[in-house]
Amino acid sequence: MIGGLFIYNHKGEVLISRVYRDDIGRNAVDAFRVNVIHARQQVRSPVTNIARTSFFHVKRSNIWLAAVTKQNVNAAMVFEFLYKMCDVMASYFGKISEENIKNNFVLIYELLDEILDFGYPQNSETGSLKTFITQQGIKGQTKEEQSQITSQVTGQIGWRREGIKYRRNELFLDVLESVNLLMSPQGQVLSAHVSGRVVMKSYLSGMPECKFGMNDKIIIDKAGKGGVTNEAGKSTSGKQSIAIDDCTFNQCVRLSKFDSERSISFIPPDGEYELMRYRTTKDIILPFRVIPLVREVGRTKLEVKVVIKSNFKPSLLAQKIEVRIPTPLNTSGVQVICMKGKAKYKASENAIVWKIKRMAGMKESQISAEIELLPTNDKKKWARPPISMNFEVPFAPSGLKVRYLKVFESKLNYSDHDVIKWVRYIGRSGIYETRC
Amino acid sequence: MTDSKYFTTTKKGEIFELKAELNSDKKEKKKEAVKKVIASMTVGKDVSALFPDVVNCMQTDNLELKKLVYLYLMNYAKSQPDMAIMAVNTFVKDCEDANPLIRALAVRTMGCIRVDKITEYLCEPLRKCLKDEDPYVRKTAAVCVAKLHDINAQLVEDQGFLDTLKDLISDSNPMVVANAVAALSEIAESHPNSNLLDLNPQSINKLLTALNECTEWGQIFILDCLANYTPRDDRESQSICERVTPRLSHANSAVVLSAVKVLMKFMEMLPKDLDYYSTLLKKLAPPLVTLLSAEPELQYVALRNINLIVQKRPEILKHEMKVFFVKYNDPIYVKLEKLDIMIRLASQANIAQVLAELKEYATEVDVDFVRKAVRAIGRCAIKVEQSAERCVSTLLDLIQTKVNYVVQEAIVVIKDIFRKYPNKYESVIATLCENLDSLDEPEARAAMIWIVGEYAERIDNADELLESFLEGFHDESTQVQLQLLTAIVKLFLKKPTETQELVQQVLSLATQDSDNPDLRDRGYIYWRLLSTDPVAAKEVVLAEKPLISEETDLIEPTLLEELICHIGTLASVYHKPPSAFVEGSRGVMHKRLPARTGSGESTESPDVGTAAGGSAPEAAPSIIPSQGDLLGDLLNLDMAPPTTSGPPPPTTGMQMGGMDLLGGGLDSLMGDESEPLGGDIGGSPAMGAGFGAAPAVMPASLNAPVGGGLGDLFDLGGVGMPMGAYIPPKIVWLPAMKAKGLEISGTFARRAGVIQMELILTNKAMSVMTDFAIQFNRNSFGLAPAGPLQVLTPLGPNQTIEVSLPLSTVGPVMKMDPLNNLQVAVKNNIDVFYFSCQYPISMLFVEDGKMERQVFLATWKDIPNDNESQFQIKDCHLNSDAASSKLQGSNIFTIAKRTVEGQDMLYMSIKLSNGIWVLAELRVQAGNPNYTISLKCRAPEVSQCVFQCYEAVLKN
Repeated sequence: MIGGLFIYNHKGEVLISRVYRDDIGRNAVDAFRVNVIHARQQVRSPVTNIARTSFFHVKRSNIWLAAVTKQNVNAAMVFEFLYKMCDVMASYFGKISEENIKNNFVLIYELLDEILDFGYPQNSETGSLKTFITQQGIKGQTKEEQSQITSQVTGQIGWRREGIKYRRNELFLDVLESVNLLMSPQGQVLSAHVSGRVVMKSYLSGMPECKFGMNDKIIIDKAGKGGVTNEAGKSTSGKQSIAIDDCTFNQCVRLSKFDSERSISFIPPDGEYELMRYRTTKDIILPFRVIPLVREVGRTKLEVKVVIKSNFKPSLLAQKIEVRIPTPLNTSGVQVICMKGKAKYKASENAIVWKIKRMAGMKESQISAEIELLPTNDKKKWARPPISMNFEVPFAPSGLKVRYLKVFESKLNYSDHDVIKWVRYIGRSGIYETRC
Repeated sequence: MTDSKYFTTTKKGEIFELKAELNSDKKEKKKEAVKKVIASMTVGKDVSALFPDVVNCMQTDNLELKKLVYLYLMNYAKSQPDMAIMAVNTFVKDCEDANPLIRALAVRTMGCIRVDKITEYLCEPLRKCLKDEDPYVRKTAAVCVAKLHDINAQLVEDQGFLDTLKDLISDSNPMVVANAVAALSEIAESHPNSNLLDLNPQSINKLLTALNECTEWGQIFILDCLANYTPRDDRESQSICERVTPRLSHANSAVVLSAVKVLMKFMEMLPKDLDYYSTLLKKLAPPLVTLLSAEPELQYVALRNINLIVQKRPEILKHEMKVFFVKYNDPIYVKLEKLDIMIRLASQANIAQVLAELKEYATEVDVDFVRKAVRAIGRCAIKVEQSAERCVSTLLDLIQTKVNYVVQEAIVVIKDIFRKYPNKYESVIATLCENLDSLDEPEARAAMIWIVGEYAERIDNADELLESFLEGFHDESTQVQLQLLTAIVKLFLKKPTETQELVQQVLSLATQDSDNPDLRDRGYIYWRLLSTDPVAAKEVVLAEKPLISEETDLIEPTLLEELICHIGTLASVYHKPPSAFVEGSRGVMHKRLPARTGSGESTESPDVGTAAGGSAPEAAPSIIPSQGDLLGDLLNLDMAPPTTSGPPPPTTGMQMGGMDLLGGGLDSLMGDESEPLGGDIGGSPAMGAGFGAAPAVMPASLNAPVGGGLGDLFDLGGVGMPMGAYIPPKIVWLPAMKAKGLEISGTFARRAGVIQMELILTNKAMSVMTDFAIQFNRNSFGLAPAGPLQVLTPLGPNQTIEVSLPLSTVGPVMKMDPLNNLQVAVKNNIDVFYFSCQYPISMLFVEDGKMERQVFLATWKDIPNDNESQFQIKDCHLNSDAASSKLQGSNIFTIAKRTVEGQDMLYMSIKLSNGIWVLAELRVQAGNPNYTISLKCRAPEVSQCVFQCYEAVLKN
């Protein structure tokens, strides 16, 4: 198991060091600094073995978190734990920075004592941690409160405490998708997938039982066989159902039920959480198409023309559109002409950045640029990185639709109808690249 | 709140000031001071001098302060054991506190203080906490047992904590169960043979129930523990798989990977024709792909594991090539791993896409990545024959870019392509030669030189090219020197007239001016070959090369199996067994995949069926784990090299005088105008040493393969014997896991009066095995090999050879337990391995074992009744005559037969090879399948073994 956990700043100074196992000594702290943080070369692996000691590290801004062990630990678990650790710290004191860590080092030690015991990760849900790791002491608690804390920390529903009350029962549901694309210069889709998340904010009283339904192909097909075909036929919004390649769920979701019936039922945590993640690869709506044209005019000039086309309903508006056209390292000057939005050559980023605030569906826009190059004797050819794009659209590129979200709370007297529900779809660009 | 100020105290006299503050009356000031101490401790300053002052602050109601003091204690208690005792009282008191959080805190901290005296006081509070009413305290106490075990294992056993821990597996709270499982698994690892984690269907069921309810971390502990279990049959295996598959949808990647591990392992047991098997295969792909959208570090772990999974079961991800395409922004470690997997998944169906991608990658910036991409193109060519042509032209395009490292990588892989597809792409040699000057890396230079040497007859100026390399011979790396030597010798054999001088030059450079023994040896070998028998030299040096295999970097099958059992862990990231990087006994136990054992009708292999049917009472072979356990004289074995067993070395050609090595022989090759080269060579002092090594390099293929042995002739149902002696089926004596890839299975037989040990040697490693030899430890009947182990040809990877070894019974005698136990040592070029096996005593029954009737009667009476033992043989459906003739085949002779009241009484005699007589009376009642047998012998200890033989013979 994890033998120790260290946090360093960018210089390699230790900010936090907590040792859990006897086989990890102080020299481990230095070994990591010398061999990884101060290493001359770029780090080639997130797992490093130095003198039979293994170091796992992740970096957040310029802070290094390193877990150390001498055993054959579950490597995936160690990384998951490090991410979790970052989440917990972030939810206590915001950004993970040297300043914040130094300011909260006592708290961090207290957290480390609680969520890692002898190197074994323990309950690390911020919701329940915040009930008893408060930096205020736990003096004032009554016996009932204490046992409530412990039963929640160890219990089956560790993510929700009892006795939550809201005057207004409200639910916010966001379908957030990032659409990823790699396209060849000729417009052939090399790979495309949507990775989506269903993020919820729930403000519900009691211990409500929720059931979430979407246009999952497997469910719809099953229901279709049952004789409800004409209902599905009425739907006019393009695709009726989507094929989900794979999905993962928050730990509140009953996995065995999903496995057997494919229904998503759960008792939600309070406040904001991620209910599920999913991935689709079939019938993706690619909101934009990028058509590049690069011409080398002699050894000192490049002509670039890029057309973007929006490919969704004209009534919808895409926002925050940004096209990034990479330029060679030996660029000396750039002239840009674009019909819409603003374009600028950013020498420090080796790219022309073209920004458009809004663009409706089924439109087209273009940019052309002349790039002047300094003559070099560098034999190596310019690698021509792909043209990348960022945008935000108000629909789900995967075609996912929320069909229902039902809330049942039998003990308190509110019903599904009394809950106010909000649903929103946002599609963003992930890695959306076109080779040129 | 700005605690960061505590980090910035660097003035002198700090310790002194802190001491004063720690002893202050004001609570706030105390707390500030402790924080300063902890901050100093963090940065690595030694604040142990403040120990008593900090411990004094322990008695406090302020939980925050208490936790800080505990943190300090955990760090320094070991260096101040005497003072640490001061803290004991507070701990013991806290363990009784009304607040469960404080009780847990106390027991958690106490377990982290590695001081014997404190540990003693820990036992009582720990016992209480293990049975605490609050689950939070119990889950903490469970982990504490593991802590205590790490400090003092004996104490934990003596105090009975292990049993309490086992009880916690049935706890009502899932988190307690998970922590108990984690603690037990850890303790069990340091006691590999204990049956601590007594996993049985009931406890597995409990774990599976807890799995649905506990935290994500708890699920990992439980899944990792489940992976150590071996289900009894395929049904149990399937039902566990069914309950584990929902975990594949968990958001935590570690849960997913651990579930994959369990499934991959248990799948081994499922029959392949089962519907569920293919369903399971289909279910595994999507979660593995999803892992690739995790954070980069996890992607890396996932990719390293996928690399293993793809090697074990390529069918799972064969349609998922696209997800492994490299993204521009991937960290380099992810890119390199993806590339590896792309090559593994490359097939005829997707090769076009893969090649287009690889070509793209070859123009990237990162040098390592580009190199790997170029190399990958070559590997595709070798793997997918249909694509070879396209790959070669892609490589040529890349060579045209003239980017130095791209060109060099391309040449290295083109060499391999030549090896795979001879006489197909040699037209590109001209292009390669153009780039000769730009090669500055040893591997590329060596590859180029190999190409020039191999195709010397097609390259007009081959001699000039090689000569140009020869100028800086001593500055080259060994790799290049060796290659240059070989290439010039090849060139010489192909064009002897023009290149004598060159070959002479390189031979003297290699043998006289070099201090590298490898180079010198190779030089001498060539020299001698050329001088003794140029025709043979040609045959050896220009021999047809075996084609290279498709996959060059596969993990050895045995290691792969072990790594599959370690999916998700560091071992799977390093691709090394845990013993390679873990110190001490922990995790050194080798894990194996379970064998596919059907529950009855679903067995697929007929072998298994027969083996199970013949219920021969043979004990499972046991491996003698290390040399340390061996009895004295086995250790003293002088393992003879196989030279004595092989055919007589071809000495005829070697009897030439040492002086004129390159003499006459070469003349015939070179024609008349050659001047003798021998003169200045003969005096070389090392000549003699090199001489003896010569036969060793003669390719083994020259000796015609002589596998098997005479014994095989008789294998067809014992043709050479009237009835056929009973031969037990072959069983695995030495699994490959234990013997660096050598698997030995075998049996014993007596054929025409000769005892034979029949062995099947299988090489499951990646390298060739040679130099086999065998010896026995002293044993009960003086068994010893009558000749050397006849393995004449080297055993290549995945090759199998059957050998039969005649045995004599004149070796040294020592009574073994059990009597028929035989300890064997087998040596090969890799190591010496030890195992033990049991032979059926029937092979010691000699042919002249038929006693005279009168002698029998007298002997029967003479042997005291105490020496008589009776046994039952059940379910035997032979009549007495059939039984009698069957037994006779195994040299058990029937002397007389009597029938009393429908019961046949057969009197039989047996003579063992060491002269012991065994007399038997077999009673057979018609219609009753149960025989009764009475054995009488002066050495009653053999009776049990003899009875086993009866049973084995009669039932087969």
